[in-house]
Amino acid sequence: MNKSFFRKITSNQMFIPLMALLLLVVVNLIVDPGFFKVTLGKNNAGNLVFSGFLITILDYGSELAILALGMTLVTAASGGQDISVGATIAIAGSAMLRVLCGSNSRPDAIQAPIIVAFLVACLVGMLCGAFNGTLVSVFKIQPMIATLILFTAGRSIAAWINNNELPIVPDPKFAYFGGFIPGIPIPTTVFIVLICIIIMALVLKFTNLGLYTQAVGINEKSSRLNGIKPTFIKFLAFVILGLCVAVAALIKVSRLSTINYSVIAKDIEMDAILAVALGGNSLSGGKFNIWASVLGAYVIQFLTTTLYKFNVRSDALSAYKAVVVILLVFFSAPKVREYLSGLGKKIASKKAGKRKLAGKEEIK
Amino acid sequence: MKKAISVIMASIMVLGLAACSKSEETTTKATTAATTAAETTKAAETTAAETTTEATTEGAKEDTGSLIKVGIINNDPNESGYRTANDADLKKMFTKENGYDASFAYSLKNDEQIQYAQTFIQNEVDYLLLSAADVAGWDSVLQDAQAAGIKVILFDRTINADPSLYEASIVSDMNKEGQTAVDWLASQNLSEYNVIHIQGVMGSAAQQGRSGALDSKAAAESNWTIVKQQTAEWNAEKAQQIVQSVIDSGTKFNVIYAENDDMAKGAVAALDAAGISHGVGKDVIVMGFDCNKWALESLLSKDWNYDGQCNPFQASYIDSIIKDLESGKTPAQKTIIMDEKGFDAATITKEDVENYGI
Repeated sequence: MNKSFFRKITSNQMFIPLMALLLLVVVNLIVDPGFFKVTLGKNNAGNLVFSGFLITILDYGSELAILALGMTLVTAASGGQDISVGATIAIAGSAMLRVLCGSNSRPDAIQAPIIVAFLVACLVGMLCGAFNGTLVSVFKIQPMIATLILFTAGRSIAAWINNNELPIVPDPKFAYFGGFIPGIPIPTTVFIVLICIIIMALVLKFTNLGLYTQAVGINEKSSRLNGIKPTFIKFLAFVILGLCVAVAALIKVSRLSTINYSVIAKDIEMDAILAVALGGNSLSGGKFNIWASVLGAYVIQFLTTTLYKFNVRSDALSAYKAVVVILLVFFSAPKVREYLSGLGKKIASKKAGKRKLAGKEEIK
Repeated sequence: MKKAISVIMASIMVLGLAACSKSEETTTKATTAATTAAETTKAAETTAAETTTEATTEGAKEDTGSLIKVGIINNDPNESGYRTANDADLKKMFTKENGYDASFAYSLKNDEQIQYAQTFIQNEVDYLLLSAADVAGWDSVLQDAQAAGIKVILFDRTINADPSLYEASIVSDMNKEGQTAVDWLASQNLSEYNVIHIQGVMGSAAQQGRSGALDSKAAAESNWTIVKQQTAEWNAEKAQQIVQSVIDSGTKFNVIYAENDDMAKGAVAALDAAGISHGVGKDVIVMGFDCNKWALESLLSKDWNYDGQCNPFQASYIDSIIKDLESGKTPAQKTIIMDEKGFDAATITKEDVENYGI
């Protein structure tokens, strides 16, 4: 019958992340409106830059947002998640440093242009993705098991690429990617995310990637009968994630101009998966909304920044994220959904009843 | 059904093995693409050498009559910069030229280390040098060593075993490291101390020692306040976010006390982005630990103020103990605490960076 306004909103995929965001905004507004203050000041390089909690969220949420793009595709196509992204960030970052610094860990000048290093990192990231993708699509291994290999081995491989040394990039220009470009007061990472989103939007708009991914995720057999190659689509999803990993690695390495193999991007895979779940995407594949995941990523960073502000111990952060997971699982459980939609209907029908009584109006 | 599962499991394992080697290949290819061929072969050679020496005996077995046979069990040198320096120092000391026939074994796992110890006992080494991964579980194997007449020397880490089972133990005093740093900070005579305290992984010996001194000082002095105390788990990125959040909230601070160099670096990145000056004679005092070379260079350029040493160079201490034992003397002390310095940006020299940087 008539779809009520209430149901329309709650059934929208953006509902969960938007509500979470709203909740965080309201809590922060009540506790300290100063949270939303953005000021313009000079950084130590003498450039004008914006600063404030909101800028921090946009800045530090970037890696997660980029990873969420790829992770959504992987989730939708394969019905599983890639848990190796943190380790592959270490590999891609290490390869990037190896190219920039050469065999000397403390060079006086960079040994290769940054763009070359970045392209090599992209290649390495895509190769890691291709490796995971092959295991998942060709050998039909559970994604979580397949990616467990690189999850375990990745950081050692990263250390091995640079002979276990910790190179430091001498060129201050390299720090622009994770910081600020002189003269532009907005963090560069925001632009990098925007570029990634635009590229992804164009790809989804002008190719059948989105449709095919969805089809493969919903029913692999019937999509094959319709002429789609599920193997290739799954493989492609992992390679795209690999590319996202390389971009995230660029930002991560650039933030400090160096790398620590054992801790760089630690636990980021769980946050990326959480972003996908928070975006209302089914973790068992199928229909997906990539923008909801990106929003989910920023919600997670919003939560992290808020908790830091409230002096929550950083080793307790994961406990708070666990609460989010529990709530997500709870609200996406079929029983709860049924009950909620029943409740929604009741409210709607009550309203409708009242209005009918008042003016016998038809509601659409 | 069971058969099918076992076949699948087996194939996964095999694939996993094949996969590992494949991914390593791919990463090498990628790096080769941009570096010169010569460099890569060199790198490949060193890695090959590393993998073969790992957990196997090093050095030839011939002519052991005049050489002192030592078996060295250490943690994985890849663990941290500290461990890499520690391993390199031991390798430099225990050579044929210095009269040693040394075998090295590495593991981060206690049970594997115990196995290596048993192998060394069977190989009849004269001395067993041990940096244990875990404090527990060493009694029986050390008793075996004692029965075989092998002398045990602990370095870097202590174990929960009867002191009669080992000759000496050479360790860092983390409490003293913290105290030295806090004393230095107190000697700066600031009118007010508003400290951002960035801690390591909670519960680790280094964290407890380095936190303890600052905590008790802040509790004792009225003008010392810890405006933020947070663990960044030795992680630069986390430290950067923590300091960023203090800056964003507008809290005043003039000291950053980070319990390792990585975290201090993260904190400094946040300061730089916010336009807060740091270093000698600037707004914020930056303190770190571990004396990484790059950190000491930051001291030299006066961007940081202080770096506390955690001494990885135990080889010379071990060497003198072995010399003593060989000439029939017992070491004066059972537990030897190493000299550890704290470097001040105002007085550090180029030589210090070269000598003490790891």
